[in-house]
Amino acid sequence: MSVLEVTDLNIRFRQDGATHHAVRGVSFSVGKGETVALVGESGSGKSVTALSTVSLLPDSAEVAGSIRYDGAEMVGASEAALRKVRGNDISFIFQEPMTSLNPLHTIERQLAESITLHQGLKGAAARARVLDLLNKVGIRDAESRLGAYPHQLSGGQRQRVMIAMALANGPELLIADEPTTALDVTIQAQILDLLADLKAREGLSMLFITHDLNVVRRIADRVCVMQNGVIVEQGAAAQVFANPQHPYTQKLLAAEPSGGPEPLADAPEILRTEKLRVWFPVHGGLLRRVTGHVKAVNEASISIRAGETLGVVGESGSGKTTLALAVLRLIASEGPVVFMGRDVQGLRARATRGMRADMQVVFQDPYGSLSPRMTVEQIIAEGLGVHQIDPSRNRREMVAEIMAEVGLDPAAMGRYPHEFSGGQRQRIAIARAMILRPKLVVLDEPTSALDMTVQVQIVELLRGLQRKHGLAYLFISHDLRVVRALSHRIMVMRNGDVVEAGDAAEVFANPQSDYTRALLAAAFQGVE
Amino acid sequence: MSPLYARRWRNFKANRRAFWSLWIFAVLFGLSLFAELIANDKPLLVSHNGEWFVPVAKFYPETAFGGDFQTEADYRAPEVQCLIVSGGSVDCFDDPVAAAQGDGWMLWPPIPYSYDTINNLGRAAPSPPDANHLLGTDDTARDVLARVIYGFRLSVGFALIVTFLTSIMGVAAGAVQGYFGGLTDLIFQRIIELWGSTPTLYIIIIVAAIWQMNFWLLVGLTVLFGWTALVGVVRAEFLRARNFEYVRAARALGVGDGKIMWRHVLPNAMVATLTMLPFIITGAIASLATLDFLGFGLPSSAPSLGELTLQAKQNLQAPWLAFTAFFAFAIMLSLLVFIFEGVRDAFDPRKTFK
Repeated sequence: MSVLEVTDLNIRFRQDGATHHAVRGVSFSVGKGETVALVGESGSGKSVTALSTVSLLPDSAEVAGSIRYDGAEMVGASEAALRKVRGNDISFIFQEPMTSLNPLHTIERQLAESITLHQGLKGAAARARVLDLLNKVGIRDAESRLGAYPHQLSGGQRQRVMIAMALANGPELLIADEPTTALDVTIQAQILDLLADLKAREGLSMLFITHDLNVVRRIADRVCVMQNGVIVEQGAAAQVFANPQHPYTQKLLAAEPSGGPEPLADAPEILRTEKLRVWFPVHGGLLRRVTGHVKAVNEASISIRAGETLGVVGESGSGKTTLALAVLRLIASEGPVVFMGRDVQGLRARATRGMRADMQVVFQDPYGSLSPRMTVEQIIAEGLGVHQIDPSRNRREMVAEIMAEVGLDPAAMGRYPHEFSGGQRQRIAIARAMILRPKLVVLDEPTSALDMTVQVQIVELLRGLQRKHGLAYLFISHDLRVVRALSHRIMVMRNGDVVEAGDAAEVFANPQSDYTRALLAAAFQGVE
Repeated sequence: MSPLYARRWRNFKANRRAFWSLWIFAVLFGLSLFAELIANDKPLLVSHNGEWFVPVAKFYPETAFGGDFQTEADYRAPEVQCLIVSGGSVDCFDDPVAAAQGDGWMLWPPIPYSYDTINNLGRAAPSPPDANHLLGTDDTARDVLARVIYGFRLSVGFALIVTFLTSIMGVAAGAVQGYFGGLTDLIFQRIIELWGSTPTLYIIIIVAAIWQMNFWLLVGLTVLFGWTALVGVVRAEFLRARNFEYVRAARALGVGDGKIMWRHVLPNAMVATLTMLPFIITGAIASLATLDFLGFGLPSSAPSLGELTLQAKQNLQAPWLAFTAFFAFAIMLSLLVFIFEGVRDAFDPRKTFK
């Protein structure tokens, strides 16, 4: 018997007179106690499908077809009927645990609110139920955590609170929309274990939306693979993974950054730091004296040669991005930063302008790193206006050349960033850095926001550019698989400290510290 | 036009109330710009002895038409009218009505009174509406309709100039504070707090006591104490945007601070500025009206809606004054609010239009 039955679901979005057909003829069902995973890359319509089950889509959406929950039709149901189902029988867990919790209320209050609303429990009874829930989702020392505000909890703890919230009213069906994507790998593993455990104990049905096949492999009973709003393949998880039928599924499964970095010849050193420190002072007391420091980066010594990639690995809050910004001289730091034989530490902003052409950066978020109001040509050519690079040549020509080099159609240079996909935008960001012909490129999680198949392409592109121009990369990532595909040497960071550093092959084969071992285990679990 | 603006213009047009408000306002304001041709106590065109005169644009002494004075001809006086029509007949000084015979003529504007024309009513002012004065006259026998037309132009013009200047100052100050942050921000904020707590009205009363108040002095004073309105919003937008990745990327490219602020951050702050604009515009109109109402604004000869309101209060037996003032304000402010509501919605990327 199935809890949720979706038949021939079609969803269209209307805007400015244009219609976008987001979901086409999707049919699937979730059985009692079963976990079904909706897998697909961004834009495949998986989240839209999930949100449509309890009519949480914006007004511009038109939903056709049938969605039956426990036999009752949900499409076109009254708002009152939907409200009874929402949060009560069907619960949601969203991707971003920070923004899904109200920052102004304690977690006790947020949990109790829904319990009081749906179950009528008040005062001590509600409090007992909240404690029970927090214990159930594995929050240690739950009693002392009741009065905590969301910002006082870590990302993993916040996601546990979200799960507790979703479980508060004993739902039958849990819809989890990328619940682990924003979390670090080690935390991801814990949350997945928790969900699997809860499912077994409470007999929950689960609809799990994700782009990460490793997650699916660990948790799902059945898999629906979506592409462009259509389910191209569905079946038992084991079967789909062992014997994928549809070419798209095969492509997804094969999409894994592979290969290793180019072997390295003896080359001059491009960048060296010695015991680089970034400490943020903490003020306290009546006179705002400095009472301590947040050690964002502590004594990091790095050295990168031309053509070499240094991979910096760590979880969120480990200080890897801060290290990158300090090297780029975008934030203040202490300790020498020797770039191409010159100590650039302490130079004034005007004096650093000359070195900017040799030292470029590509950021994580391809949506945030391109100014939405400039054309691609303006974006890529911006650096040319500052630095004198081949002043005799036509700028348009240079932009066209670099676009072709990073795999973009030069004819598209008049368009705006929002007309491009995530992978294409990241190529634009790379082109903006490469047009200045830098010696060192800082890559701050350049692949994290991208789909797996696109990640592979970007890794290929970066490797090709490095080989061609002898670039030095400072590559920052939390994703060990991507790091392994690109890095010659590796540095593992945790809470601002360098935990381990050495040759990439050596670190992967024979990790020295416990932390590195834990990271490796979490990242490659389920693959080998 | 970039696709972004094309979409915004489409969205604005989809909001019919805002679109029609814009048209009505544009027509009204456009007409009021030519107020001299609509309501004036000088003819548009005069034919005298086969020669053409344009009194609305040019100074002619009475002697040009055969009169006695070197001063400008008073075209509303029966004697002058007689001189023009008859071609300078001396009989005009004795019996202007009978002597007005000849081939001269005068082309008058639709409303033959200017805002400061004092009419000889032959009865007590204010007089109720009649065929000559469609909205009646005020307590110094001036035509209310003419005063409203000129007053509308003055109010809107004042509001637009004040808004333009305060926006530039506010955006510049907010941008510097938000972008550089830290100590710059701290010092500026304290200055603005001090500045903002200055009692504006007292300053204006003091200034009005020293100098004769005029339009540009009032603009200057309003801007001087009004520019802080936008600083908070723009500062917040710049504080937020300076940590955007594309701003960081631009800094990593070596782009200068001024260019980053202008090219990358300012466009973001514009939307926030736009949402504040209707409040600044309506606020400027209201503050001009308030000052005129209190008697600290423009001299009472100036065509001011605030002064009309004051007269309405003093002459409750003449309700056409109150009704005219009320409807003039209500229509003007409603149109502006509707227009900017549409503009704000059109700029909101999250808003969907079917």
